[in-house]
Amino acid sequence: MGETAASKGNDVLLELKDVSMYFGKVAALVGASLKVRKGEIHSVIGPNGAGKTVMMNCISGLYRPQKGEIHFKGERVNHLRPHERATRGMSRTFQKVEVFGGMTVLDNIRLGRHIHLKTGVLSGSIYLGKTAKEEIENRKFIEEEIIDLLEIEHIRHKPVGMLPYGLQKRVELGRALALKPDLLILDEPLAGLNLEETEDMARFVLDINEDPRWNITCVLVEHDMGVVMDLSHRVFVLNFGNTIMDGTPQEVQNNPEVIKAYLGEEDLYATRR
Amino acid sequence: MPHAADTVAATAEQVPEIPAELTIPKLFLQKARHYGSGRVAMREKEFGIWRPITWQEYLDNVKYIALGLIQLGLEDGDKVAMIGDNRPEGLMAEMAALCARGVGVWLFQDCLMDEVRYIIDHSDAKFLVGEGQEEVDKALSIIGDCPKLKKIIYDDPKGLRHYKQDCLISLKEVEALGRELEKQKPRLFEELIQKGHGEETALLFYTSGTTALPKGALLSHHNMLSMGRSLMTIDPCQESDDYVSYLPFAWIGEQMMSISCGLQIGYTLNFPEDPATAQENIREIGPHVMFAPPRMYEQMVRTVQVKYLDATWLKRKFFEFATWAGYRYADAKFSKKGIPFQWRLLHAIAMATVQKKLKDHLGMSRVRNAYTGGAAMGPDHFRFFHSLGVNLKQIYGQTEVAGISVVHRSTDIKFDTVGHPIPGTEVKIGDDGEILTRSPSVFKGYYKNPEATAKTLKEGWLYSGDKGFIDDDGHLVVFDRTKDVFTLKDGRPFAPQYLETRLKFSPYIKDAWVVGDRKEYLAAVMCIDYAVVGKWADERKLNYTNYQELSQMPEIYDLVEKQIRQANKDLPDVARIRKFTNLYKEFDPDDEELTRTRKLRRAFVEKRYKVILEALYSAATSVHIDTTIKYEDGRESRIVTDLKIVTTTT
Repeated sequence: MGETAASKGNDVLLELKDVSMYFGKVAALVGASLKVRKGEIHSVIGPNGAGKTVMMNCISGLYRPQKGEIHFKGERVNHLRPHERATRGMSRTFQKVEVFGGMTVLDNIRLGRHIHLKTGVLSGSIYLGKTAKEEIENRKFIEEEIIDLLEIEHIRHKPVGMLPYGLQKRVELGRALALKPDLLILDEPLAGLNLEETEDMARFVLDINEDPRWNITCVLVEHDMGVVMDLSHRVFVLNFGNTIMDGTPQEVQNNPEVIKAYLGEEDLYATRR
Repeated sequence: MPHAADTVAATAEQVPEIPAELTIPKLFLQKARHYGSGRVAMREKEFGIWRPITWQEYLDNVKYIALGLIQLGLEDGDKVAMIGDNRPEGLMAEMAALCARGVGVWLFQDCLMDEVRYIIDHSDAKFLVGEGQEEVDKALSIIGDCPKLKKIIYDDPKGLRHYKQDCLISLKEVEALGRELEKQKPRLFEELIQKGHGEETALLFYTSGTTALPKGALLSHHNMLSMGRSLMTIDPCQESDDYVSYLPFAWIGEQMMSISCGLQIGYTLNFPEDPATAQENIREIGPHVMFAPPRMYEQMVRTVQVKYLDATWLKRKFFEFATWAGYRYADAKFSKKGIPFQWRLLHAIAMATVQKKLKDHLGMSRVRNAYTGGAAMGPDHFRFFHSLGVNLKQIYGQTEVAGISVVHRSTDIKFDTVGHPIPGTEVKIGDDGEILTRSPSVFKGYYKNPEATAKTLKEGWLYSGDKGFIDDDGHLVVFDRTKDVFTLKDGRPFAPQYLETRLKFSPYIKDAWVVGDRKEYLAAVMCIDYAVVGKWADERKLNYTNYQELSQMPEIYDLVEKQIRQANKDLPDVARIRKFTNLYKEFDPDDEELTRTRKLRRAFVEKRYKVILEALYSAATSVHIDTTIKYEDGRESRIVTDLKIVTTTT
């Protein structure tokens, strides 16, 4: 996929400038600089504890970095809370699924849509005119775009807590998509999935990135190197909070430092194929 | 074996003749013109909503696809293969192929690459209409071996954006080609249809083949239409009826309901949203007529049994009462001596309290006729549905008679028979007990296989290869495949399927394979139902990680043994299962252990599990297995395990 990266242009969607994050005296992230261009799948890799999730939390606003700047669509977003960043077009999934177990699949996904609802409590309770129209539009979006894309028709009305893990991950992705984001942060979307589920999920990520209906830029944190190298346009490598490099999958695979730090002596570079 | 009669002809029902020149497309054109845009021909659930398609839309789509195919080079008698889930586009493509004077060939959705290659190559298919990426991938990987295949047509573009091969074309583009052609030759479509004759081949249908490579049966328009007309004479359907089409179109039973009968009556066909939602969608539609192989009904029974195990005490008691009353009522009905008042009353109470709801959950509250065929169904399952008040009937038939030839009449149901021949059909028993059939629906022969044709078709009689007899009431009893009948130790013949279906009535047993032809005793290889047994184990806090481990737990062996003892009950000693083992995996059509319609391929499993068979007839208490499993995508994984051999206590 590396060769198409150049064609994606230089329109920077998200930029981290020298971002550092400390917990007491532990440096979780040191001077990380990252440019994510529009239309890319930009992966972040690194061994366990390298600071990948910290970085994602800084981007989505769960953490406030002590140093550095985060720009999204040209705007400095350091001071913005997570929900404010969401309204600007940022959305994410979590390493361990964070869904509402007692609610149905449909309700979970609808919840992701709520930032796009304009009607207030009053007009909502009357459900006439604008409200009804809005609901129908949202229904169409959820049913025709998300449920169809993720192939979860058969579990629409099931409570999410009852579903196998692989499907819960899909529902979480569905909820993130319901925001119709410009940037989607995927924190280990493949962790804990079996081979078939991994293949499905990889296909969904490609679909939402490439399909003109979505064209979503993705920041992907993942351990499955086979998938990372196949899907990504660029790969960013972290180790103990320090940036090792940022380059195309080809460059990363050939970088001796990366190989030493991560791809490693043994079969850390094991893929599932 | 009792021989009450050697031949039995159809009962006296009068069937309107099918004119010799009538074809499926001609009938389609008549119906579509008659109903126009005022009636719904099909519905498909899409994006959570049932979307109607009128006859006019159906006609337009078929017309443009047909003309598009002509534009792409379809000539008289060219084969058009189709693969994919049940959906309106699939049926439209088939109808279009017939209208353009082509021949339809359906493949099972889950066919493996080798099967696809064999059928496409053998049938000389020129076009392949697939659904989406999965089918296109399959087609692209075999197109090199099948030089006659010209174009691969797909209707769902999802995931295909990087596919640039010249041989690919979307159904939309085909329709666009058709529109252009219509502008040049506006009368072509109708001319093509009017050229047709009933004796021409409509479908080339590959039989599932429990024994050998699939054979292609050639079926004419007249075969299909006369069979449909005969069935509809006995059990008339109405225009306002609904039918849910969710079983593979590659199964002749589905063709019979959707095309042969559907077109003649004009009832509405409903397509589920996804194969996984079929059961739910059936409930939403509430069809008036159903036809499914026994496994679908077995699955329903299993669902009910599992729900029963989960229910509260009070609900369980109500269910027990209702089934008790239901069984009494059903047995009284079967005995044809009239139903005593008290059973009518109790049945009415059972109906009001439990069974009405149960029927609704199974999607059967409006069913007028439910048919089962394609394999043997156990009497236990059969009685279960009659206890619910569902008019379930056995059907006997095969691809070679365009569907069915024998069926129960509503007033005359015996659950160990398959009923009387349909009008226009004669059935007789051959010298060695083989069932022979003669009717206007008997096929034209096998494609490119004169030897098999000569063996099957003799002087108009179809030699089925099934064994059976005609009982005192003139009902046909199908014994089993000729080769599958066992000889017990005392010399009596015995059909292993009888025991197998009895075993499968237990919700814990997914599949059973009974062996013991000319042996000291009978033995069985059992496949547990992973979901149900897994839940049973969870409730008892038993730990397991996968099917293999679960199947080999001592508690599970005890559980399975209990089910076997139940099935052994009331059987003579020689016909009881003496030893069994739990298999480490389920039987799977992908491993060629089952046919696509889930019939056990005995010869194959006998070869494959030879070690297990030997162990079952030795003094061994376990058997060591070291084997590799091949997955659909070509990967392999090794399995090393020990299977226990258990002797059942009586």
